[in-house]
Amino acid sequence: MKALRQYLDKIKPKFEPGGKLHAFQSIFDGLETFLYVPNTTSKVGTHIHDSIDSKRIMSMVVIAALPALLFGMYNVGYQNYAAAGHLADASFFDLFFFGFLAVLPKVVVSYAVGLGIEFAWAQWKHEEIQEGFLVTGILIPLIIPVNCPLWILMLAVAFSVVICKEIFGGTGMNIFNVALCARAFLFFSYPSKMTGDTVWVASNSILGFGYDLPDGFTAATPLGEIGVGANVPYSLSDMITGFIPGSIGETSVIAIGIGAIILLWTGIASWRTMGSVFGGGILMALLFKHLGMTSIDWYEHIVLGGFCFGAVFMATDPVTSARTHTGQWIYGFLIGAMALIIRVMNPGYPEGMMLAILFANMFAPLIDYYVVQANISKRMKRLTKNNK
Amino acid sequence: MSKLFSKENKEVFVNPLNLDNPIMVQVLGICSALAVTSQLKPAIVMGLAVTIITAFSNVIISLIRNTIPSRIRIIVQLVVVAALVTIVSQVLKAFVYDVSVELSVYVGLIITNCILMGRLEAFAMMNKPWPSFLDGIGNGLGYAFILVLVGCIRELFGRGSLLGFQLIPESAYHAGYLNNGMMTMPAMALILLGCVIWLHRAYFYKEKK
Repeated sequence: MKALRQYLDKIKPKFEPGGKLHAFQSIFDGLETFLYVPNTTSKVGTHIHDSIDSKRIMSMVVIAALPALLFGMYNVGYQNYAAAGHLADASFFDLFFFGFLAVLPKVVVSYAVGLGIEFAWAQWKHEEIQEGFLVTGILIPLIIPVNCPLWILMLAVAFSVVICKEIFGGTGMNIFNVALCARAFLFFSYPSKMTGDTVWVASNSILGFGYDLPDGFTAATPLGEIGVGANVPYSLSDMITGFIPGSIGETSVIAIGIGAIILLWTGIASWRTMGSVFGGGILMALLFKHLGMTSIDWYEHIVLGGFCFGAVFMATDPVTSARTHTGQWIYGFLIGAMALIIRVMNPGYPEGMMLAILFANMFAPLIDYYVVQANISKRMKRLTKNNK
Repeated sequence: MSKLFSKENKEVFVNPLNLDNPIMVQVLGICSALAVTSQLKPAIVMGLAVTIITAFSNVIISLIRNTIPSRIRIIVQLVVVAALVTIVSQVLKAFVYDVSVELSVYVGLIITNCILMGRLEAFAMMNKPWPSFLDGIGNGLGYAFILVLVGCIRELFGRGSLLGFQLIPESAYHAGYLNNGMMTMPAMALILLGCVIWLHRAYFYKEKK
């Protein structure tokens, strides 16, 4: 570690004004502050400092997403071997390594394209490199199906970084969750690669691992099957541990739960938002069940699809969610309720979490505005009453 | 003759094509620009229709501008535009029926197009017929130019064709290329239009530093 610090100190002068590599200062600065907490502080205004900065927050979210990513890799292998009928004679290593090989290119492409654009943008604008893409880069591969082609993923990442983030002013300014924008772009642009029953299980062997599945092979997600009125062939324990077809990181409730604990324990995610997403979802699911509009129980609605992943990683995004405490309750409830409404009442979309969160993102500033206004008028009333 | 093509008249014609473009700068006529640009052919037809109607309504209003009582001028303008729109709509139905079906209500809605009303109010009411004609043509072409641009991009990436001719070869589809479904939706037209405006402003309106 010390050697790295010394090396950075040694090459630092080259990037300073007048140095040979000054043009690349923003890249150096971005890397240095990523590796070490900067020891410079704001020079104007009054600030409260603590030891965590936004790069450290981002790193915590990435760590929280790792269990879901690792389990996702294992499940990609599991689904392929199970579909080929060779589950019994494959070792844990086989399954995991196949999944690793299938998922890794997506993570690499996502980071390479996203960070590439961020770095180029920062160079162009002579700004510091913003750290927002650290989290987005790992969330995007987690919410796409494993059969999604890489060039499509590239387009989606580029689109969401430029159109959904940079033009609003970069990290911290975006209205919509960047990772979900990438998914929405894919969902509406290339529906045949994002939904349906042919995209959820990796169908080609890689480097000798896994099996080539026949061309007509299909496996719908449980929610997709429920959408067309079929019964779910998976047990509840499979749904909770995550051995079901689905987007790479969304299947396992347990892995997401570990991430949730990390996020809540470090105080990065708001427990109010997370809790009220579940509250809203459960309430709507009970209501729909009571009305007879859905065939599955509330706990199945919660553990299936992207509900947990969305609630833990997407809804709690501090940039796009509501900031006031009351607002967070309303915002979360809106997401949970909307997700279930889209799932149950719209036959075209078996999964509604993405659209629900994007929808609530749009309302978050409005919710905050009214919460603040309500507080102002409440205090105003108290003031006028006391003055009488 | 030299008066007809004087410097002022040239400016009247050229400005709306670029620095005073009805879509890029005045941000008028967006609604129809989103609705009819999913393919190139309706975009071209719509652009031409608006150009012709703007030009001739400008001329007619400019000819009778001194006789219109100012309190009912909007009604008079609307009557003139509506008559022209009806003629164009009938012509389209007679000669390019499939396109007129595709454009559906949007030909009729040219009556309420902000570009027309804007030009009639702002230009034709206080200028002579010839400059008014040039202004109408210029604004119409400025509008048509953006429509064609957006229509090109949307049809090429959304359907892989231009004017109905398949441009992206079959082999590309076999290699894994896919048409972008979002390009055929109005949402993407709005984003593309935004990008066009963005590029235009970035190029022509440099922020003073």
